[in-house]
Amino acid sequence: MLRRFLCLSVLLSAIWLMNPVTAMAGGDDSDKTGFIMHHIKDSYEWHFATFGDTHLTLPLPVIIYSSDKGLQFFSSSNFQDPVTHKFGEAFAHEGYFIDEHEHLFSVDGSSFVDLSITKNVAMMFLVLIVMISFVLSAASNYKKNGVAAPKGAAALLEPIVVFVRDEIAYKAIGPKYKKFLPYLLTLFFFIWIGNLMGLMPGAANLTGNIAVTMTLAVLTFIVVNTNGNKDYWKHVFMTPGVPVPLLLVIVPVEIIGLFTKPFALMVRLFVAITAGHIVILAFIALVFIFESYAIGVVSTLMVTFLNVIELLVATIQAYVFTLFSAMYIGGAVAEHAHDDHH
Amino acid sequence: MDLILPGSGLIIWQLIGFLALLFLLTKFAWKPILAALDEREKSIEDALKSAEIARNEMANLKAENERILHEAKIQRDEMLHKATEHAKQIIEEAKEKAQQEGAILLENARHAIQTEKKAAVEEVKVLVATLSLDVAEKLIKKNYTTDAAQKALVEEFVKDIKVN
Repeated sequence: MLRRFLCLSVLLSAIWLMNPVTAMAGGDDSDKTGFIMHHIKDSYEWHFATFGDTHLTLPLPVIIYSSDKGLQFFSSSNFQDPVTHKFGEAFAHEGYFIDEHEHLFSVDGSSFVDLSITKNVAMMFLVLIVMISFVLSAASNYKKNGVAAPKGAAALLEPIVVFVRDEIAYKAIGPKYKKFLPYLLTLFFFIWIGNLMGLMPGAANLTGNIAVTMTLAVLTFIVVNTNGNKDYWKHVFMTPGVPVPLLLVIVPVEIIGLFTKPFALMVRLFVAITAGHIVILAFIALVFIFESYAIGVVSTLMVTFLNVIELLVATIQAYVFTLFSAMYIGGAVAEHAHDDHH
Repeated sequence: MDLILPGSGLIIWQLIGFLALLFLLTKFAWKPILAALDEREKSIEDALKSAEIARNEMANLKAENERILHEAKIQRDEMLHKATEHAKQIIEEAKEKAQQEGAILLENARHAIQTEKKAAVEEVKVLVATLSLDVAEKLIKKNYTTDAAQKALVEEFVKDIKVN
C-alpha cells in the first residue's frame, strides 16, 4: 500500500513540479514573484499549472449562507472569466462576486457567512482522508494481531504513538496524561501530516494558514482552561507568595498570560510553515528573475536542500505544538500542594 | 484572501473537520491502539516477572539440591565412619573373644596334660614299683637263696640306718 502511495506521490510531484515554471512562463513579466503569495494564501479555486493560456485548475464549491436566502452552492468558476480565470466584480453571480484579491463580497452589501470549500478546506479534507485511512488501517492491524508485534501501517504508527505518549504526554502532564492522549495524538498527526502534505508540489499551505493554526490553538486553550484545577486558577487570581498590592500587577499579567500561550502556539506554527514555503518558492522565483541556467542549477540544489530542512521543520513544529499544548495542560492539572507550602 | 487575517469559512471547516477527526480517531483508533499497547507492555512485563520468578525458583532449587547433596555427603561420611568403627569394634571383640577362648582352651589343655601327666607318673610309679618288686623278687630269689647273702644284706641295711 505504501509503495503504491509513493509511486502516486512521485507521479503527482513530477506533474506539479512544473507548476511554478509554467505559471511564470505564461504570466506577465512585471510580476515574477506574485505566485509566492498566491501559493501562501487561501484561494477559491485550486490552481495547479498554466500552459500558455490554458489554466489547469480545480474549481471549488463556493458555499454561502445568508439569513434571507439560506444556503447557496456555486462553483468558483461561476465567479471568474472562463478563459483567463481572473476573479473580479465584473463576473458577479447571483448577487455575489469575488474581487481580484480573492475576497468574497455581496453586490448589495448584505451580510452573509462564507462557508466555501476553499483550497485549504479541500486540502484539509485530503489530510483527513489520508490520516483516517492510515490510522484506521493501523488500528485494524491491532484488532487482527492483538498483542503480537505490529506490522504494516501499525509498525510505522506505533513508534510515533509511543513517542507522543511517553516523551510528550507523560513527561509534560504526569499521571493524568491518559485523558488528554487522544487529543495530543490527533493534534500531532494532523499537524505533522498537514505539514508533510503541504510540502508536496501543488499542495495548499494548510498548516501555514493562520485560520488553521488559530483553530488548533483555541482548541488547546479550551482544553487547558476547562481542565484547570483549583491550584491553576489560584495561581492566576491569587498567586501564592505574592504580597497583596503586587497582585494588582500580577493578576492582569497572569490573565494576559492565559491568552499569550495559545497566541504563541498559533503564530509559531503559522510563521514556521509559511516562512519555509516562502523561502522555497523564493529560490524558484530566482530562476525567473535572473533567467539564467546557472541560477537554475543553484536554485534547484537549494530547493532540494530546503525541502529536506522543511521535512525536519514539519516534524519539529508538530512536536513543538503538541509538546507546548501538553505542557500547558500539565500546568493546568498539576497538583501544586507540596510546592506552595515551602 | 489575507495572510494574517483568519478566514471565517476556513475556521468553521477546520473546527468541524478537526473535531470529527478527533472523535473518529479517538473512538476507532487511539483507544484500541493504546489499549493494545498497554496490553502488550503488560504481557511483556508479566513475562519478565515470571521469568524472574522462574530464575529465582531455579536458584532456590539449585541451592536446595546442593544442600541435600551436602547433607547426603555428611550422612554418607557418618555412615562410613560408623561402619568402620563398628567393623573395628567387631574385629576387636572377635580378637578378644578368640584370645579368651584360646586362653580357655590352653588352660583346659594344660589341665588335661597335667592330669594325664599325673596319671602317667602314677602309672609309671606303679609300673616301676611293680617292676622293681619283680626285679627285687627275682634278685632276691636268686641272690638271697643262701643264708650268708641274706645276712650280709641285713647288715648293710643296718649300716645305712646308722648313717641316717
